[in-house]
Amino acid sequence: MAKVLVVTSGKGGVGKTTSTASLGAALAQGGQRVVVIDFDVGLRNLDLVMGAERRVVFDLINVVQGDAKLSQALIRDKRIDTLSLLPASQTRDKDALTSDGVAKVLAELREKFDWVICDSPAGIEKGATLAMYHADAAVVVTNPEVSSVRDSDRIIGLLDSKTQRAERGERMEKHLLLTRYDSARAARGEMLKTDDVLEILSIPLLGIIPESEEVLRASNIGAPITLSNPASAAGRAYFDAAKRLRGEDIPMTVPVERRGLMGKLFGRRVA
Amino acid sequence: MEWLARLDEQIERAPGFFHKRPVVLDLSVTQLNEPGIRALLSELQSRDIRIIGMEGADPSVQSLDVPGWPPMLNGGRAASGVEVRDEPPPTPAEPEPEEPAALLISEPIRSGQSIVFPKGDVTIVGSVSSGAEVMAGGSIHVYGALRGRAIAGMLGNPRARIFCRRLEAELLAIDGLYRTAEDMDPTLRGRPVQAWLDRDSIVVAPLD
Repeated sequence: MAKVLVVTSGKGGVGKTTSTASLGAALAQGGQRVVVIDFDVGLRNLDLVMGAERRVVFDLINVVQGDAKLSQALIRDKRIDTLSLLPASQTRDKDALTSDGVAKVLAELREKFDWVICDSPAGIEKGATLAMYHADAAVVVTNPEVSSVRDSDRIIGLLDSKTQRAERGERMEKHLLLTRYDSARAARGEMLKTDDVLEILSIPLLGIIPESEEVLRASNIGAPITLSNPASAAGRAYFDAAKRLRGEDIPMTVPVERRGLMGKLFGRRVA
Repeated sequence: MEWLARLDEQIERAPGFFHKRPVVLDLSVTQLNEPGIRALLSELQSRDIRIIGMEGADPSVQSLDVPGWPPMLNGGRAASGVEVRDEPPPTPAEPEPEEPAALLISEPIRSGQSIVFPKGDVTIVGSVSSGAEVMAGGSIHVYGALRGRAIAGMLGNPRARIFCRRLEAELLAIDGLYRTAEDMDPTLRGRPVQAWLDRDSIVVAPLD
């Protein structure tokens, strides 16, 4: 049974698109059939992060409106053949998305894939609410700072009230992905502590992704970090998070860059 | 009587148990008539047990008003441990509502959510996030951190109060009067508190 996952945050710039691409790639690298969908109509980015921007012909809106078939719009990744992308339209408006149309596309994707991962736009407007409406589970991407935490809290409230699952009285599975985590700044007390974020948001932790130059570099070359540099700290953190999504019990650590034997032996414990 | 024998055993084990204690005699487990009660009272008196009242007696006995007998009482309840309170807050004299009007929420209130319950009290088992608000016609009880806004007595009720296990509120309001985080005593932050209205100001005091 396919699982529809929404990657959301409320706040922009926290790492939704990067996390969508990295989790999607990590799951696909584990043999799962994965499609990632860009819901950010008008500000599409996922194609760039996935390195597929030069292969986009049709998009989500074309499919929703019946102008193209799903098979025409899906872009299969050149590196992992179980990974596909359904891009957003850059020229159209969010109003072109309808709930019924999205439901139809998702139902079709559920047949073909194990994981359908929706990259939500920032904000709490139509694009974001449509991206989450049909989801079975949510990954809430949060940075360890107060504005991001408050926005995530808002989004969790919407996940519990404005989704199909909530309307049916079912529980929405929610996971917290803490991104851009800087161990050095955390040690100096310049960031919110992991425990404080967890206490405020009170949803289970999926993973802690360290802040890293490697992630930025990966986005710029159009390859998810789990592909471009799987041994990096962030890459390993995404692999762990993907395993946890599949229900594996992986001890929670903040991976650090491997600088030598000591770094290999001692992963940093959660602050 | 077997009961008296057991009482004597008890007194032997704990000689000070009844010492100078005012005792109310519950007669509901007995079917004693007037001479029986008289006998029991003299037995107890001989053991130095001070009876200050009797209750639960047979209705025919209940109406008796024998001179020298302790008065008949009604509606007593078994007391639990002794309560000692330092500086008790002014006791609320809230009138009994006609029907139980209370809302219980056992999930955290997220940022952007608004709970409005004009009919009565709201109890939240969980936290109220920053950017969330709870409005109640009566009092507000938060068994968690109160980080958002709490507005009690929203339709005009100066007796409404706000209780929380951890004060980190952005705003407290009772009966239209409000207090923002900036005006709260910083030493109260993070502590369990209650807030009530004293004339025209909101008083916030720790609960522990």
